[in-house]
Amino acid sequence: MSERLKVSVCGVEFKNPVIPASGTYGYGREYESLYPLSRLGGISVKGTTLNPRQGNPAPRVAEAPSGMLNSVGLQNGGSQKFLEYELPNLLTKDTRIIANIAGSTIDECARLASLINPSEVDMVELNISCPNVKQGGAAFGTDCSVAAEVTSAVKKELPDKPLMVKLSPNVTSITDIARSVESAGADALSLINTVLGMRIDIKTRRPILKNNVGGLSGPAIFPIAVRMVWQVANAVSIPIIGMGGIASWEDAVEMMMAGASAIQVGAAIFADPYTPVKIIDGLEGYCEDNNIANISEIVGTVEPW
Amino acid sequence: MYKQGKFEIIKKRTLACGIFDITVHCPEIASLANAGQFAQIAADGFFLRRPISICDIDKQGGNIRFVFEVRGKGTERISELNKGDLIDIIAPLGNGFTLLENKKAVCIGGGIGTPPMLSVAYYYGKNAQVISGFRTASLAILQDDFKKAGCDATLCTDDGTAGIHGFVTEPLKARLESGDVPDIIYACGPSPMLKNVVSIAKEYGVKCEVSLEQRMACGVGACLVCACKTVKDGESFLKHVCKDGPVFDGEEVDFS
Repeated sequence: MSERLKVSVCGVEFKNPVIPASGTYGYGREYESLYPLSRLGGISVKGTTLNPRQGNPAPRVAEAPSGMLNSVGLQNGGSQKFLEYELPNLLTKDTRIIANIAGSTIDECARLASLINPSEVDMVELNISCPNVKQGGAAFGTDCSVAAEVTSAVKKELPDKPLMVKLSPNVTSITDIARSVESAGADALSLINTVLGMRIDIKTRRPILKNNVGGLSGPAIFPIAVRMVWQVANAVSIPIIGMGGIASWEDAVEMMMAGASAIQVGAAIFADPYTPVKIIDGLEGYCEDNNIANISEIVGTVEPW
Repeated sequence: MYKQGKFEIIKKRTLACGIFDITVHCPEIASLANAGQFAQIAADGFFLRRPISICDIDKQGGNIRFVFEVRGKGTERISELNKGDLIDIIAPLGNGFTLLENKKAVCIGGGIGTPPMLSVAYYYGKNAQVISGFRTASLAILQDDFKKAGCDATLCTDDGTAGIHGFVTEPLKARLESGDVPDIIYACGPSPMLKNVVSIAKEYGVKCEVSLEQRMACGVGACLVCACKTVKDGESFLKHVCKDGPVFDGEEVDFS
């Protein structure tokens, strides 16, 4: 693989800009039999909370035109299992590891950060945008002052790792949230998390999701994600990892032109588990065909009318 | 270990109204597959794949047979594929049934839960009794296949239009009461049926495995959407049908 796809996001070098998104790739174990994880730029691993969480009752998924709703609710084995069982395995895979953390309270987020700080993860992604939990989650990410407060509390406990904050699209002004988080000390932003949605079974008059509502992902939200990445890129000076409905290398190029330094791919993996490597190969070909020495050259190059 | 690819449909039949039977030539999947596992099948134009159980495995010929019901627009699209078409499959997925050597088994199938019992039936041959139940005679499927496998096929219908008039649990109870107790019971079908089969098996102290279904996305254990309630040592756990199942120890499943 050439150097053409090498990118740097707040000091962390990725061999390519393609990263499976948190919650869609577990800890990589389920996909390793298809291709080596070392092909990936990095992995944003399943969201970790301080203690194990069972998540929401099933059904937790509903199909949508060009996408899906989920209401998993941050089911995970907790920080101890992540640090002692999953992380040592991930560190052998020759790819960047982004720990994704979430908490019900600001204190919980800060405690998690202090546990992760001495570990060997490359970056921490703070989830302030999960739409499927009652406490924390999107409640942190939809108010500028709370978003800033949780960001600075986490940053204080994370002196040795770059902190990326994952933003919710379910807000009136994502640029206001982005600026608040930037001024509170975030080193990077990732966006967008899922868009809150609902489906109803017309035979039973019941929501398909047991949680009633859930987060929409997949190609259905791609234009929303491109628009928000573009707006945020114009509002802040820290780097952005763009995500939301990316399913092809063309989508990845579009997202990077909007202003993303790297991209995450999520729900598309469910339809085709080879999506991340297909995007990497496609980006390589795109650079070759267009004489691009390094993919970073295209970041933010959209020329608006 | 699973594979993803596009494979040729080499045979297609309609078994009953809305129930289709396709055989796919996919040697690398057939060589890995076990009874009770499933496939994630792509439906053109739909975002999510559809989980469909493996009905029969022909390892020598490299073929997998799927018998499925049209439940919605996605499975309808899959049912429109014909012989010679390619079908996009991720398989084999999940944990299959525990097969016991030189033992006697009873397989219970309820409606479209019946197909996964065929590969079990072939394994046990004359040592298996397959009790399958359907709403009505026109929906009864696979009876000749079970006979071909050499097992004792007991048919039940809810309306009495064929076989025994009643639920599958009645011939099961009758057999257990007669003292002819099998070493293991396998069941797949609607939740109330599974619940009853598990409680009967427990009453007679017979090991029982059930195959569950749930709405899925990834099918491989990464996305965690297909949660099901289980109990172990009095403590409850949410497990996942795709990776921890679809086959579970009956006593482990919380049917409440």
